[in-house]
Parts: sequence; C-alpha cells; structure tokens
Amino acid sequence: MPAEIYLNVAVSGLLTGLVYGLMALGLSVIFGVVRVVNFAHGEMMTIAMYLAVVLFSHYRLDPLVMMVPIAGVLFALGYVMQRGLINPFINRPEHSQFMLLVALALILVNGLLIVFGPDAQGVQTSYSFASFAVGRLIVDANKIYAALAALAVAAALFAFFRYTLAGKAIRACADNYAGALVVGLDVKRLYALTFGIGAACVGAAGCMMVLLVDVTPPLGPAYTLLAFVIVIVGGLGSMGGALLGGVLIGVSEALAGLFIAPSAKSMFSFGLLILILLLRPQGLLGRRT
Amino acid sequence: MSLLDVRSVSKHFRGLRAVHEVSFDVAEGGIQGLIGPNGAGKTTTFNMIAGVYAPDTGEILFAGRAIHRLRPDEICAAGIGRTFQIVKPFAGLSVLDNVMVGAFLRERHAANARAAAAKILERLGLGAKRDLPASSLTLPDRKRLEVARALATRPKLLLLDEVMAGLRPTECDQMVAVFRELNRADGTTILLIEHVMRAVMALARQIAVLHHGALIARGTPEQVVRDPAVLECYLGEETEV
Amino acid sequence: MSRASVSLAILAAILVALPFLLGNYALSVATLILYFAYTGQAWNVMMGFAGQLSLGHAVYVGVGAYAAGSLFFHYGIGPWAGVLLAMALCVALGLIIGFLAFRFRISGVYFALLTIAFAEFTRIGFDHLDWTGGPGGMFLRVAQRDTWDLANFRGPPLMYYYAMLALAAGAFALCAWLLRSRAGYYWQAIREDEEAAQALGINTFRWKLLAVAISAAMTAVAGVFFAFYYNNLFPEQIFHISRSIEIILGPVIGGVGTLFGPVLGATVLTLLSDGITEALAAVGWEIPGIKQVFYGVVLLAVVMFLPNGIWPALARRLRL
Repeated sequence: MPAEIYLNVAVSGLLTGLVYGLMALGLSVIFGVVRVVNFAHGEMMTIAMYLAVVLFSHYRLDPLVMMVPIAGVLFALGYVMQRGLINPFINRPEHSQFMLLVALALILVNGLLIVFGPDAQGVQTSYSFASFAVGRLIVDANKIYAALAALAVAAALFAFFRYTLAGKAIRACADNYAGALVVGLDVKRLYALTFGIGAACVGAAGCMMVLLVDVTPPLGPAYTLLAFVIVIVGGLGSMGGALLGGVLIGVSEALAGLFIAPSAKSMFSFGLLILILLLRPQGLLGRRT
Repeated sequence: MSLLDVRSVSKHFRGLRAVHEVSFDVAEGGIQGLIGPNGAGKTTTFNMIAGVYAPDTGEILFAGRAIHRLRPDEICAAGIGRTFQIVKPFAGLSVLDNVMVGAFLRERHAANARAAAAKILERLGLGAKRDLPASSLTLPDRKRLEVARALATRPKLLLLDEVMAGLRPTECDQMVAVFRELNRADGTTILLIEHVMRAVMALARQIAVLHHGALIARGTPEQVVRDPAVLECYLGEETEV
Repeated sequence: MSRASVSLAILAAILVALPFLLGNYALSVATLILYFAYTGQAWNVMMGFAGQLSLGHAVYVGVGAYAAGSLFFHYGIGPWAGVLLAMALCVALGLIIGFLAFRFRISGVYFALLTIAFAEFTRIGFDHLDWTGGPGGMFLRVAQRDTWDLANFRGPPLMYYYAMLALAAGAFALCAWLLRSRAGYYWQAIREDEEAAQALGINTFRWKLLAVAISAAMTAVAGVFFAFYYNNLFPEQIFHISRSIEIILGPVIGGVGTLFGPVLGATVLTLLSDGITEALAAVGWEIPGIKQVFYGVVLLAVVMFLPNGIWPALARRLRL
C-alpha cells in the first residue's frame, strides 16, 4: 500500500479523535469534580445525535449551527439529572452509583429505540461529500469542520475553568470538597453545573459526530465504553489528557482498521486500556493521587 | 534482652524529613512510651515498625530478626499487633466478628476464633456489646475495639497509637489497668504513642522523646520530665495532663 | 429448628416438587431464575464478600461456555470433562486479571473498568477466532427432547431444571459455608477496610485472588450449562457487557453480600421481566425496547429506595 493511504487514514483518525476527545472531556470533567463515573455518557451522546438528525431532517438546520442549542438542552438534562437523581448518591458506594446510572442508561437507550427505531439515521449536508486536498493528502470537509468545532469548544471550556469565577469555584470544589464547603460555596449547585457542562460537551460532540457516522441506539453503550477508554488512557480528571486520549484512540482505531480488520479496531483500544491501567494507572497526563 | 530494636531508621517524604536516624529499643516484657509534640515523627516511626512504610535507611529487628522489609501482614504474623490512631472498625460487621477477624490469625476454626474473641471482649469490657454492629459504637468503645482486635492476633509486642485520646479520665484509668494486667499476666510487651501524659506516666517504665524527627531524650518517666531538652520542646506546646 | 431453617426446608421442598406443578414454559422460566441465582451468587463472592467490583463477569460465562462447547463440537467430548477445562481456564484468566490488578494496586472504578476491558477484549478476540466459529457462532448438536443422555448432558427440560437446581443449591451451600469460615471473615474485613485487614495479619493480595478464583470457577460452570442448554454461542451475545450487567442485577436488587439476595433478586427480576413481556403482549404493545425501559425504571426505584437491596428489608419484616 502506498504511504499516503496510511497518512490519509491517520489524519482522518486524528480528526475523528478530536471529537472523541471532546466527548471524553465531558466524562472527565464530571468525574474530576463530582467523583461519579457517568455510565450513561454515551447514551447522552446519542440523544444529542438524534436531536441533530431530527432538526436537520425536519428543518434543514445544520448540525454545526445547532450545536449551541443542542448543547444547551443537554446542559439542562445534565443539570437536572445531577440535582434530582445523582446528588443523593454522592456518598453512596461505587456499585450503588453504578447501578443508578446503568438504570438511567437502560431507560435512555431503549427510550431512543422506541422513539426512533433500530435503523441507522444520519444527515447529508451540502459538504458531506466535499473534501480538501493538501498535496497528496485528501481530507473530508466534514471531518475538518467537526474537528475544528471540537477544538473550539474545548478551548472555550479551558477558558471557562481558567478565567471565570464559576469555573474557578468548580475547580476549588474538585481540589478540596471540605474547603469549598467551609468558604461557603454552594457545592450542590456547582456539582449540578459541572454535570451540566459535561453533558453540554457531549451534546456538542454529538452534533459533530453525526456528521461522521449514522446514529443507532446501540451506539450509546459503545460510546460510553469508548469514553471510558479515552479518559483512562489520557488520565481521569485531566482535560488535556481527554483530548490526547481521544486523538490516540482515534488514530489507533483508524490504523488498526486498516492493518487488521475494521471489526478488530476496538480490540486495539481495549488492549491499550489494559496496558495503561497496568503501567500508568493515572493515565498519560493524570496526576498520581 | 530487647524484643524490638530500632536502629538508626530514617524516612523522608518528598524532601520532608519525617524521621531521622532514630534508634531505641524495647525490652521484652517492658512498657515503652513514645512521646513528642505534633509532627515529631511518632506515627511515622510506628508505621515503619508495623510495615506500612519501609525505612529509607536503618533497620528494625524483632526478636533478633530483621523485619523492616516485611509487609504489614507478615509483621503481624511475626507477633506485632497494632492499633490505628484514626480508628478503623469493620463497620459492617458486629463487634464480635471484628475481633474474630484478628483471632483467625492463630485459630483456623471459627468456633475457636469465636471463643478467643469473646474472651478478649470480656476483658476489655465490651462483652455486652458483642452483637452490636461496630458502626454503632461510641468513640471510646471503638478505641477498645481497636485494642481488642489487635490483641486477638496474640501479639508479643503491642503497638498502641493514641488509644487514650478522647477518653474521659475514668475510662483512661480503666484502659491503663487493662494494659497493666495484660503486661503482668500475659507478659505482653507494649510500645505506646500517647498524648495523654497521665496515661504515659502511669504506664510506661521507659520513655523515648521525639522532636522534629529526631530522638532527643530517653529514660524513665522521672528522668524524661526533668530533661531540659524535653522541657524546651514542649514549651509553648499545650500538653494534656 | 429456627424460623430461618424451617423456611429454607419448605423452600427446598417446593423447588424439588416444582416440575410436577409447572408446564414446560414455566419450567424454563424457573430454570432461568435458578441460573441467575447461581451466577449472582458467584459474582457475590467477589463483590459482596470481598468487595471487588467486577463488571466483566460475562467473560467467565463466555470462556466457560466456549471451552466445553469446543471440546464437544470438535472432539465429541462431553461436558463432564469440559467443565473441568472450563473451570481451569476461567480460574487462570481470573488469576491473571486479579494478579495484574492487585499487584498494580488497581481498585474501585479502575478495577471495574479493567474487568470490562478484559471482557470486551475477549469478545472481540472470539469474533476473530475461526476455530470457534467467529462472529457466525458455534452450534452444538441438538438431541431429541425426550432422550436422556446424561454423559453428554442431553435431556428434557426437566433434566436442565434439576441440574440448575443442584447448582444453585450447591452454590448457596458453598457460599453459606465460606461466609462462616475464615475466608468469609477475611474477605469481609478486606471489603470494609483493607489497611486494617492487613494489620491483622491478612495477606490481602492472596485472599482477594482466592475470591476471584472461586467466583471465576463458579461462573465457568454456568457457562458450560449455558452452552449445553442453548446449544448456540455467539461472542456478540455471550460476552456482551449487558450480559455482565444481567449477572449483577440480581444480587444488587436482592442485596449485595447477603446469601438470599442473589436468589431473591433473580426471582424478582426474571418474573418481572416475564410478567412485563406478557402484559405488554396482552395489551398489544409489542414495541422493541419498551420492556427494557420498564426494567430500568424498576431498577432505578430499587436502587433509590432500597439501597441495600430487597432482602435485608424483607428479612427484618419476616424476623428471620
């Protein structure tokens, strides 16, 4: 095989990986602050994807434009979930939290199945078949747009945590829960805010992902697992790590699909996960606790 | 002959000198106190003896055998029982079951372990509470439970980490009586970290004083309280008497 | 005799007599209940007793099923030898996972994710293993419903019911014995506070490995039963994470760490799932997914309002 095939596949994997990274960023933010592993993460991703599909097929609204309102809807969903359901479970044992979110995931994924049916649905925008050529490198336009959008959202999120008061307060909660309570931060509200922000990330990522793949209900659990793999590889709780992990998994999946078999690509990811857990359990960019 | 021999052990945590070149020994059948202001390195020393940390340098001998490379469970099996300063009851288990876990080290069969555990609970005045869940105990009772569990492993040397803290004077005196009895009747050697000076003075025959990670004085209680170096390091420190 | 042992004796008598009271369909439901009671009991050894959360128990069902299934499919060797191979392979796999996790101090959520990773890894591996049929599956030779071929574990539904009853009862007895022995005390101590357990002379590494090994061996037997009961194996089905979740639903709903929890949870869930299916069929709402939504709602309710499971609450009521 000529070399440019590898390069094309690797670049394509990198761009998809940035969208993966944004999805995982949501999971990482939630875990880093609320200390709850969102086992319904991929299901929330598919909700956003279906929203984008519906808006596109009924009103011809471009998913990249609808990213903002859909992220808003997911924010509200995350906020309400944290306030109403998850908050009473903050101090419960891990398996109890896990069962709560499994129940939620079960309801969400099958709710989608009832509403939308089992068939794959997607969008076809004006740029679906467009591509850019840089030398012998050919890149799909939708992948470029999706990756740029993912970078923009991630940058906005970094800025939020670095420069805004709410962002700083959330980081304070994550660093020192008791200290945050002592200085009078409304931790419950900040947790809900964080869950909302994590959900909004997934919402935005869903709008980008729908440009790249068709959505079916079983994608939910698959994305949940993928998001886990990415954040563990990158470092649970590390924002840069989530993006790096996303890119790594995106590229390795793409190359594994090329070299071995498309169906074997996630075996590669899980193998990488096992290696990381054993050799560097805090993840590539994670801090050791 | 000394049962425990700590030979110039040091431990650093990321540049922080927690314990530096500390040496002392505990005579077989003795009761040794280990005192010092907060942050003096008492608990770190304790944790090195109990195998939680390996010392950076130095060695620890127990009955003539080097134990400073062993895991906590191996050290317990060798005959050193410990309590935790912040009590760690098995909250979901009953008081009796908590102590049985310790007793299983020397008794393979549940019936024997149960009998041994029940006997220890009686001795510590917890007999009436044996079927309560450990999570329902008050702090003084939790401290007793810590001791009972450690005793159930039939230690030759018992390490007590501030088991009197938070007890009322009468409860403290009861505890002192229990340890005296244990030492006299069973010959159990005791090394205790204690802030409650009343208990240390009543119990210990030898006291070692740590300050800023170094040993600054050793001797009988009477010698130690008159030592100028000890007085100086406690000056301005609030000591419970 | 205490109230508890009288109740247990009555329950045992009912279970033995059940095939003579039930039709074939109801008997298959009862077999399924026993199956989940058994696998739940096996999972409970690891999580309920020793506190190690496995979310990948389907891997032991799958490896066990494929081990015995392959011996039968390729060489005509019956499950009595197959079960030994299945148990040996699953114990080895469990020990590898446990050794790596416990040596590298992986615990809690990370341990759970490691178990998922191994299960998924194995699932995709079997998808690409031609010897076992790959994604197309493996089909075991089916016998007539009225033959009794115990050597090859071929027989009528009655045989599978009694086999599963024996397994579930055996697992219950084994767990009851373990819980009252040194192992049970040590595991619970590790579950409650590993550092304190170690200070009491417990080699926590070894005892945790023992819990994984026992749990894996028990689950492997369930896999062998699965292979010879359903006669077809697909990696996509048997290793899927939803199978792992199915295994843990029973004990979580019934009561993690209790002996009756897995049994009660399996009964409630299976009957509920069956009841929902029938009720939905009766009103003509045969929409795919709707049953799972009900399932999720029930699970949500139990987890929210009975955090320790149904059994502890029920036992208090019944004063058992």
